[in-house]
Amino acid sequence: MKRGLDAPICLTWELTYACNLQCVHCLSSSGQRDERELSTLEAKRVLDELRDLQVFYINIGGGEPMVRRDFFELLEYSVGNGIGVKFSTNGAFIDAEKARRLAAMDYLDIQISLDGVDAATNDAVRGVGSYDTARRAMDNLAAANFGPFKISVVVTRHNVSQLDRFKALADSYGAQLRITRLRPSGRGADTWHELHPTNGQQRQIYDWLMEHGENVLTGDSFFHLNAFGESLPGLNMCGAGRVVCLIDPVGDVYACPFVIHDEFKAGNVRDEGGFSRVWKQSDLFRSLREPQSAGACASCGSYDACQGGCMAAKFFTGIPLDGPDPECVGGDGEHALSVVQPGSAPKPAMDHTKPVTLTRKNTLVAR
Amino acid sequence: MTIDLDSVLELHPQVAVRPEPFGALAYHYGNRRLIFLKHPDVVRVVQRLAEHSDVAATLGACGITPDRHDSFLAALASLQKSEIVRERIVTC
Ligand code: SF4
Ligand code: SF4
Repeated sequence: MKRGLDAPICLTWELTYACNLQCVHCLSSSGQRDERELSTLEAKRVLDELRDLQVFYINIGGGEPMVRRDFFELLEYSVGNGIGVKFSTNGAFIDAEKARRLAAMDYLDIQISLDGVDAATNDAVRGVGSYDTARRAMDNLAAANFGPFKISVVVTRHNVSQLDRFKALADSYGAQLRITRLRPSGRGADTWHELHPTNGQQRQIYDWLMEHGENVLTGDSFFHLNAFGESLPGLNMCGAGRVVCLIDPVGDVYACPFVIHDEFKAGNVRDEGGFSRVWKQSDLFRSLREPQSAGACASCGSYDACQGGCMAAKFFTGIPLDGPDPECVGGDGEHALSVVQPGSAPKPAMDHTKPVTLTRKNTLVAR
Repeated sequence: MTIDLDSVLELHPQVAVRPEPFGALAYHYGNRRLIFLKHPDVVRVVQRLAEHSDVAATLGACGITPDRHDSFLAALASLQKSEIVRERIVTC
């Protein structure tokens, strides 16, 4: 697997940088549309290529993908070509009618983002009103008999204690719970230090997953916690450029959705040879498929289980790529973070955050 | 159902198999399971199940020697559990 696959198995495609929300941890710093975004025709050509590569399914995200006017057209084109779709949404555009339309489609999974079991916890991260919006979308999907949709939670310091309640909420909808790790990517680079789970909480997450792991999806994102003991289910390795990649809204191909930075950009789907060529031949992806050095983790007894953790988490916190994960459960991450020169961590490549509006400025002043 | 040499199997119609350097990936569009087939021989057997009368005939045609039959039966049993392969209903 570490040698890479002929085609990715976890391909994320962010359709647009436009979003109705402005979550403080947004991995792609989304907000405003980019005028270079792929056209409907270009997007369909990419889907043709993915079909020819036998990509089984794609994860569609954004921004808010449903903002795109051709959203349903692309969805239907993908599924019609044998490429299943799972898309992530904040739910703002899933009204009763859209829910029925989605429920009528095959090979479609929907993932609604929710970062707190109550409005206070959720809205602090995702914005005022976003909790109600997400719940309304869930109600609409349930009423339309969509079947088991997914509730997707980014685990933060403020919601670790709510894991049981998230599970109960998912169960109440007949939905599946998915929890993933917060990474310091996009706007998350600025908020990670305040939001990421504390050391004690890391243990809590591990124990909780050990107990409930069978029925909870994780996108394989907590493998750094394997250093606590028995390994969690999953591939348990950093798949960047090997089994994972990102196509961003303007067609740039990155090693993973959490590393939108020039250093991890392998090419663009508009280049000659398209996506296939980037996946199969780009220098970046080839080098990621070479055996990686364990570096500072070489002497750690947990390296086989933890693999030194997440490349994105190290990169955007300024830790060398062969250093320990910033959330290393052995405590090495804390030390590595403490020697990072303030301000030296790389900045995300692109920022589509909406400019602060007058009203928001006023409320900021008022505070 | 346990799998033995007389079992009559086929690749599940909702499963796609994609060749990979290590063997293949099998994806079930219905239950969304992704399974790694980590040996090229397993891939060949799975893809040719439907061409032969039973498992024994398929293994024979794929050149799997009898000493390896048990491990192949075990592999097929686990693939059946994830619905990558299923019982083939034989119609006359
Ligand atoms: S030292 Fe490295 S390998 Fe060991 S637990 Fe920490 S991050 Fe993982
Ligand atoms: S960089 Fe991190 S998020 Fe990306 S594939 Fe590797 S482990 Fe996963």
